[in-house]
Amino acid sequence: MALNSIKEIELRRLIVQTAADCGESAHLGGCLSMVELLNVLFGSVLRHKPNDPLWDDRDIFILSKGHAVLGYLAVLHAYGYFSREKLSTFQQNGSDLIAHPVKKLSLGIESSNGSLGQGLSYGLGMAIGMRKRGQDHRRVFVMMGDGECNEGSVWEAVALAAELGVSNLIAIVDENRHRNDGVNTLYNSAGGPVLADVWRAFGWHVVEIDGHDTEEVHAAYQEILANNEKPGVIVANTVKGKGIGFMEDNNDWHHNRITPKTLETCLEQLDAEASDA
Amino acid sequence: MLEISKRNARSWSRIGARALYGTAFSAMASSNQNIIGMSADLGRSSGLARFASEYPDQFINTGIAEQNMVGTAAGLARMGFDVFASTFAPFASLRAGEIVRMNMGYMQEPVKLVALGSGLAMAFLGNSHYGLEDVGVMRTIPGLTIISPADCAEIVKTLLACVGFDRPVYIRLTGAINLPIVYEEDYDFQIGKAVWIRPAQPTTIVSAGSTVGHALQAIKQLEEDGKDVGLLNMHTIKPLDAEAIAHCVASSEQICVIEEHTSVGGLGSAVLQHINEFHPDYKGRVLLHSIKDRYVETGNYAFLLEVNKLDAAGIREFLKESAGVS
Repeated sequence: MALNSIKEIELRRLIVQTAADCGESAHLGGCLSMVELLNVLFGSVLRHKPNDPLWDDRDIFILSKGHAVLGYLAVLHAYGYFSREKLSTFQQNGSDLIAHPVKKLSLGIESSNGSLGQGLSYGLGMAIGMRKRGQDHRRVFVMMGDGECNEGSVWEAVALAAELGVSNLIAIVDENRHRNDGVNTLYNSAGGPVLADVWRAFGWHVVEIDGHDTEEVHAAYQEILANNEKPGVIVANTVKGKGIGFMEDNNDWHHNRITPKTLETCLEQLDAEASDA
Repeated sequence: MLEISKRNARSWSRIGARALYGTAFSAMASSNQNIIGMSADLGRSSGLARFASEYPDQFINTGIAEQNMVGTAAGLARMGFDVFASTFAPFASLRAGEIVRMNMGYMQEPVKLVALGSGLAMAFLGNSHYGLEDVGVMRTIPGLTIISPADCAEIVKTLLACVGFDRPVYIRLTGAINLPIVYEEDYDFQIGKAVWIRPAQPTTIVSAGSTVGHALQAIKQLEEDGKDVGLLNMHTIKPLDAEAIAHCVASSEQICVIEEHTSVGGLGSAVLQHINEFHPDYKGRVLLHSIKDRYVETGNYAFLLEVNKLDAAGIREFLKESAGVS
């Protein structure tokens, strides 16, 4: 399969367009920071069949940083899980596509999330279950945020996964270094712990990368999957709001509404980037 | 090994709810590889140590980490395993409450969450370990079944009924060693279907958990004096058995709800709410006999039942003083 059958820039267009169309605030910064991580995963790593979402031999993906749902929905649509019309119901009254994932296997949504710090435990249970069923080739991928790693329950799951050596559990930390109120000061501050070191200290196989370099992202997945003894985590250095200049590292765009005028600016920036590339 | 008999009822009563859970779980799981036991480091305290060492593939000690226990249990349940995850009641319901809500409520993963030592059973360990609010908290979660077995035989019946039951369940174990015996022979147990221990009377007790046995003792004493009181074992607190409540309403002038739980949010609240909604014309009254809305004094279990008037003598006193039955 091609490394990038879907272009990241197309996903970013879908994200800002859908956010603007819904007329409500959306968690834009954290969607835009994980685009490459998610695109490479769905494009060339995850064993899945968009036309058969219930395929019982599939890998499982869990968006534990559930507020980044729009990035996830854009990917699910782009890979064929549902139509553009369906995506357009995002944050419309009565829709099942809302500001956090709601489990619906027929749409490829494997888990309900929104309360941070829970996806890794749920994924751990599934990964253990796959091994108990003799399905060691199946993997569970859990997308997390570095802000989410403030939650204590994350470390309960990290410790148990390491103790049990659950190597088919793969975490991805979209480390954009921000949370709702601003910079994530619990990690990577002067004198504070480096987040990747904390995972390493628990006994995980850690790969640190630039989360926007698709070749690095791809190599990181390959390295993690080649390791058969420990659970693995990709700690990806990313930029919150990546791809839209005025949103980058600007926490005003953690959760905000895109007006029609702002949308024009967003699309112009993405077009300019596309013509540069 | 798990048959309901006089002999088993006596030996199970002696070891009490918590140890019996371990015994019964082990007997079930040792012959069914689809069953997985989980504990947040309380295996030794609930009779699971031997099973854990003999069947390591079917047991996970998550460490003292109740939130992760419930989340991991949900993932295993999603994979089709019958998962029984156990820890003390306040940790299962309150510490892990929001994980229960997301995984067993919102996602309806069919975990069987076993609350050990609920009510006052933890005795000298104090209010930090009592389970006096758990039903109130768990009742508010949509789609969650809550079962509070009356005695050890009913714990066995509950566990057997939960294997293959495709819905999430909170199993509330109350009572300590020498748990009063309610059932000495096999009977029909169905989740959601209350059991009449004594037929409805003008005064009928509705209860769940250990207080069923204490109430039965009190009723037997009254029967010696020629007084009849009805007794309904509402082992499934959610969903309530609407038919059984309708029968109470039709037959009883007084419905006395007795439980080892705070007066806020427990079985008493559930019965009142149900009658208010479905029997608004009920002319009788509903009396609650439970634990007042406070942190209770500490002592051994017998002392706690006595001061909270939840042992047989206390229930008799309540029936006399509050319900006028003497």
